[in-house]
Amino acid sequence: MSHKREVMIYTRYERFWHWSQAVLVFTLFFTGLAIHGTHDLVPFGLAVKIHTNAALLLIALWVFTTFWNFTTGQWRQYLFKKGVFRVIRFYAWGILFGEPHPYKKSLQRKQNALQSLAYMTFMTLIGPALWSTGIAYFLYNSWSHYAWAGTGLWAVALLHTAAAFAMGAFVIVHVYMTTTGKTPLHYVRTMVTGYDSIELTEVEEAYIEETKSTEMR
Amino acid sequence: MSPRAVLRVVAFLVASSAFAAAAAGTADHSRFGVLKGPFATAEDVTKACSTCHTEAAGEVKKSIHWTWDGTNSFTGQRLGKPRIMNSFCGSPISNEPRCTSCHAGYGWTDLRMTPEENGATVDCLACHDGSGTYKKTATDAGHPLYSPRVIGGVTVEPPDLAKAAMSVGPSQRENCGACHFNGGGGDGVKHGDLDSSLTDPPRDLDVHMAADGANMACSTCHTFNAHIPSGSRYMTTAVDRHGLDLPHDDHSRATCESCHGSTPHAEAKINDHTDRVACQSCHIPEFARGGVATKTLWDWSTAGRKDANGKPVYIKDEHDHLVYSAEKGDFAYGENVRPAYLWYNGTIEQTAITDKLDGKVKDGVLTLNRIGGSPTDGKSRIWPFKEMKGKQPYDPELNTLVVNHVFGKDDSAFWTNFDYPKAIAFGMNYAGLPWSGKFGFIETRMYWPITHMVAPKEKAVPCSDCHTRDPEGRLAGLGGFYMPGRDGSRLLGIVGYLALFGVVVHGGLRIVLRGGRRS
Repeated sequence: MSHKREVMIYTRYERFWHWSQAVLVFTLFFTGLAIHGTHDLVPFGLAVKIHTNAALLLIALWVFTTFWNFTTGQWRQYLFKKGVFRVIRFYAWGILFGEPHPYKKSLQRKQNALQSLAYMTFMTLIGPALWSTGIAYFLYNSWSHYAWAGTGLWAVALLHTAAAFAMGAFVIVHVYMTTTGKTPLHYVRTMVTGYDSIELTEVEEAYIEETKSTEMR
Repeated sequence: MSPRAVLRVVAFLVASSAFAAAAAGTADHSRFGVLKGPFATAEDVTKACSTCHTEAAGEVKKSIHWTWDGTNSFTGQRLGKPRIMNSFCGSPISNEPRCTSCHAGYGWTDLRMTPEENGATVDCLACHDGSGTYKKTATDAGHPLYSPRVIGGVTVEPPDLAKAAMSVGPSQRENCGACHFNGGGGDGVKHGDLDSSLTDPPRDLDVHMAADGANMACSTCHTFNAHIPSGSRYMTTAVDRHGLDLPHDDHSRATCESCHGSTPHAEAKINDHTDRVACQSCHIPEFARGGVATKTLWDWSTAGRKDANGKPVYIKDEHDHLVYSAEKGDFAYGENVRPAYLWYNGTIEQTAITDKLDGKVKDGVLTLNRIGGSPTDGKSRIWPFKEMKGKQPYDPELNTLVVNHVFGKDDSAFWTNFDYPKAIAFGMNYAGLPWSGKFGFIETRMYWPITHMVAPKEKAVPCSDCHTRDPEGRLAGLGGFYMPGRDGSRLLGIVGYLALFGVVVHGGLRIVLRGGRRS
C-alpha cells in the first residue's frame, strides 16, 4: 500500500538558490542584451555596472551551492538516469495526447531523467562557459598587451554571447516546461512552497513521521 | 579621501602654486628705469629686456616659435610653415608680411631665408605683455603699428610700448591666443578647439582655464624650458606611459597624464579604456563650443567671382559669417562640432610643397596630413580630430601642390588681382619651384588633433555614444577591433529565437490537442 502525501522536497536553501539564481540570470540576460546592443532600455554604462555586480553575486552563489551540493549529497540528483528517451518521447508526443508521464517523482529522485540531464548541462557546460569567458572578458586589460588580444577579445566575447544565448534558450524552455504540470502553475507553486505530492510507501511514510527527516503534511 | 583624490589635490596645488609664485615674482617691472621708454620701435623694447635677461633672446631663437623649422623624429620629415602645406592659405611663402605677423620676432619678410639671415629680431612683448594693449599688426611682418593707420575704415592707434614694457610677466591666455586663436586668418578658423572664447572661458567650455575652474594659463600645461615649449602637433605624445610628472620631472606637462596619471578614474572599467582611448575622446564631446564658429570647408576653386559692375563678390550668412569671398572662395563653418575619430600614434606625415602627390590621393581626395596609427600597433589610441575639407590649386602635370601668392601690393597677388595663373606663377617663381603652367583644383582633407576645450567630467561623452550599433555612433566608422555594444554576432540570436519558436509551437499544439482529451 502506498499513498500520496504532501512532502517538502525542495528545502529552504534549494528554493533560495533557485529563485535568487533566477533573479540574477534574468538581470544578467537583460543587461547582457543591452551590452550586446539588442536594446537600449538601460544605458550602456549602467548595464555594464549591473551586469558585473550581478555576475559576481551569481558566482558567489554558485560557489556556495557547489559546496552545499557536495556536503548534503544532493549532487547525486543530477547524475545520469536511464529513460531519457522515454521522457523526450513523452514531451514531444505523449503529452499532446494525454499519455501518462513515464516517470514518477520519489523522495530519492526529485527529477526525471531529462531534467537531470538538462540541469547537469546547465551546471557543467553552460555555467562554466559563462563564468570563464565572463571573467576573461572582465579582466581584458590584464591580457590586452598580448599580440593576440584583438582576436582574443573577439573570441571571448563571441563565446560569452553564445553561452548566454544557450542559457537564454534553457530559460525559455525551462519556464515553458513549468506549465506542463497538473495545472499550468503546479510546478511553480511547488518551487515556491517546497511541497509536492509524492507517492510514499508505508515504510517511507512511517520513517518520515518518526524521524521528521523532512516536513510532511 | 581616496589616495587618488589626494594625489589630484596635490597635483593641482603644485601646478597652481608654481604658476602663482611665478606670477607674483620678486621684481616689479614697472619700476625698472630701462623699461620706462620712450621706445621708437618694438625692437628697442627687446634691447631693454636683454639688459637683464641676457640669454632670453638666444633661447627664443632655438624655439620653433622663432625657427618655424622642425624635423619629425618619427618620420625624419623636415617640417615647419615654410615647407608644409595646409588647407587654409596653402603656404605662407610669398605672403610673408601677412603670415609672419605671427612670427615671434620682427622683420621676417622673406621665408626663403632663416629669420636670422633675414635680419629679424626677437619679440618679447608678444608673449609677455601684461597690459593687453600690445598688438602685432596683421601685415607688417611681426611689427606693431608705430603710427595711427586706417584699417578697414577704422583708425587704429599704435600701442604704448613703454606701458607694455612695464607690464611684462608670465604669458597669459591672451598672449598665446593672439596668434594661436587666430590661426588660418581669423578667430577660431583653423583649430576648432582654440579660439577667443578661451580667453575667459566658462567652466563648461574649459574646466582647466575657467576662472571658476582651475584658472590655468596655457603654459601651466605647455611648460617652457629655456623658452622651448612642450606639447606638439607635429610629434604628438599619443600615449604618455610616463604618467604623472609631479614634481614635474620631465619638465613637460603637456599631456593629460602629466597631472592626472594613467588611471585617473574611480571606476576600474573606465580606467581600462585609457590604453586605447585618448582622454580627449571622451572629455571633449564637441569642439568650437564657445560661440566662435570654426571653418570646416574652404573651396578655393570658386574664388574670383565679380558682380555685374566688376566688383568682387562677398556673401555673408545669417550668422554674419562670410560664406563666399571673391578672394578666397566658398566657406562652411561649424559650432559644437562632433569630432572625427581616428587611431593615432603621434605620427603625422605632412605634405611638403615639393612632394609629388602620387599615392597620397584616394578617390580623388588628397589627405594633406596622413594620421599614423592602427588598433594593432600597440602605440595608438583613438583620438578626436577636426576634419577640414578643402579644394586647393595644384599642378596636374607635375602633380604637386602650388604656392598661391595671395597677399601683397603688386600686380600678381590673388586677393587684389583675382588671377590664378598670375598668382601661381608669381608664388612658384618666388619659391623657386617648378610649375608646368597648368593648374587645377584638388579636393583635400586635413585632420587637426583636438585637445583643448576639456569639459567638466559630468559633460563627458556617455558610454553609449560609442558602445552602440547605431550607425550614427561616434565610433561607427572605426573598424579593425572588437567593441562591445557595437560588434558581435547577430546570428547567435537565432538560438534564442529558435527556443522561443519551439515552445510557441509546442504550447500551441498542447492547446489545440488539449492533451488528447477530445470528446
